[in-house]
Amino acid sequence: MVAKYRMDEQTMALRVAKEFQDGMVINVGVGIGTQCINYVPEGREVLFQIENGALGFGPIVSSPDEADIDLLIPGMQPVYRMKGMSFFSQDESFAMIRGKHINMVVLGAMEVSEKGDLANWALPGRGLGNIGGSMDLALGAKRVVVIMTHTTKSGKPKILKKCTLPLTAPECVKLIVTDIAVIEVTNQGLVLKEVVPGWTAEEIQALTEPKLVIAPDLKEVEL
Amino acid sequence: MNKIIGAFDEAVSDIWDGATIMIGYFGHPGECPCWLIRALARRGTKNLTIISNMPGWGRTLIPSLRERMKGLVRFPSWWDDPGLLVENGQVKKVVCSWAGGPSPADVNDFEKKLKAGEVELEMVPQGTLAERIRAGKAGIPAFYVPTGVGTVVGEGKEVRVFNGKKYILEHALTADFALIHAHEADRWGNLVYKGTSRTFNATMAGAAAVTIAEVNEIVELGELDPEAIVTPAVYVDRVVARPLDEVQRW
Repeated sequence: MVAKYRMDEQTMALRVAKEFQDGMVINVGVGIGTQCINYVPEGREVLFQIENGALGFGPIVSSPDEADIDLLIPGMQPVYRMKGMSFFSQDESFAMIRGKHINMVVLGAMEVSEKGDLANWALPGRGLGNIGGSMDLALGAKRVVVIMTHTTKSGKPKILKKCTLPLTAPECVKLIVTDIAVIEVTNQGLVLKEVVPGWTAEEIQALTEPKLVIAPDLKEVEL
Repeated sequence: MNKIIGAFDEAVSDIWDGATIMIGYFGHPGECPCWLIRALARRGTKNLTIISNMPGWGRTLIPSLRERMKGLVRFPSWWDDPGLLVENGQVKKVVCSWAGGPSPADVNDFEKKLKAGEVELEMVPQGTLAERIRAGKAGIPAFYVPTGVGTVVGEGKEVRVFNGKKYILEHALTADFALIHAHEADRWGNLVYKGTSRTFNATMAGAAAVTIAEVNEIVELGELDPEAIVTPAVYVDRVVARPLDEVQRW
């Protein structure tokens, strides 16, 4: 029997990056998603967009000697300059986002509902919460992919029938990549598409509040 | 025509108590008009309303951010942000998209003052904040956006349906002064930026009655390529250059 394991953040980012198709414009948010920048599948060319105003930049730099404080992504990581990249103002940046010009956004989440409602900006009782660009990204991108742990630190499900936390945007999430499963949000409900080796569909269901539809071609996560 | 001002203290010398001020800050040192902020802190102007992406990490959190990120990027010693004005007790209200620290465990002075009832907060989605400023600059009083529908942001706001989809009414933002940072300027106030430091700076230029640009360098008229000027001179009222020795000393 294969020992159960949970994907770490980098492995989850690697799985999400498999969704990147050649020619896409992608925003990766400020959380775990930023790691996807370094995992674009070979042979595919994508343009990354950031809220603070750049398109087509390179991977996160590997040493502070190569960092430029005028080339930072929102999470403060410095990235490489690339041929073909462009810079623009904040209003232009959100015209791109709100105007549906971004193919995919990768966002972290605290909760996702079975309808694809997203809650990722506020934990009542813990700080002020920060909206930032999350609401615009959640409703503006053509495809919203969530990257998050399947359960909270205390083991409670984060995929719920209904979100309990303040919403970022209703019915926006299309794909959920967690540390143990890949789940698609469809009109027929949440479809379990992939499981991390060692996990059964029943075990994933036990950690998920809404009923999962098991995909006929359910498979192990491939990286 | 010459919009160049010789000193930072002079550039902010007419900012009054109770003024509304836009600050071209996203949250990183690169784009921040740090010298103008310090000049305003020295001036001690009170009861300010600040419109900025964030009230700032302030001197409370900048040292820990510098430490946390040092393996990837070295942040300059001259980095200050609007948080300095909050810490100085000069701020009455902040309109922003990101109010707190980088995580719930990192508490900025703004959050402490908000809990103590000493400051007010209006939190706005980032794209809506940018568009409200752009609308203010463009003479548009209000507009409809999809952002915030079905969330706390949309509560109490006018809703209209266009093509079967709900939108909420948002109002333009203007200010008395805009403090911005650009890379180069000429004496007419034409501006070019560097990399991601353009961000809110180019959006806010012209959205206030008086726009003050803090720049790395002032060049001769004609040296900036007209095809590459991002902010045309019409939006800028004052230009002040950073002290080169201080910029390079970090």
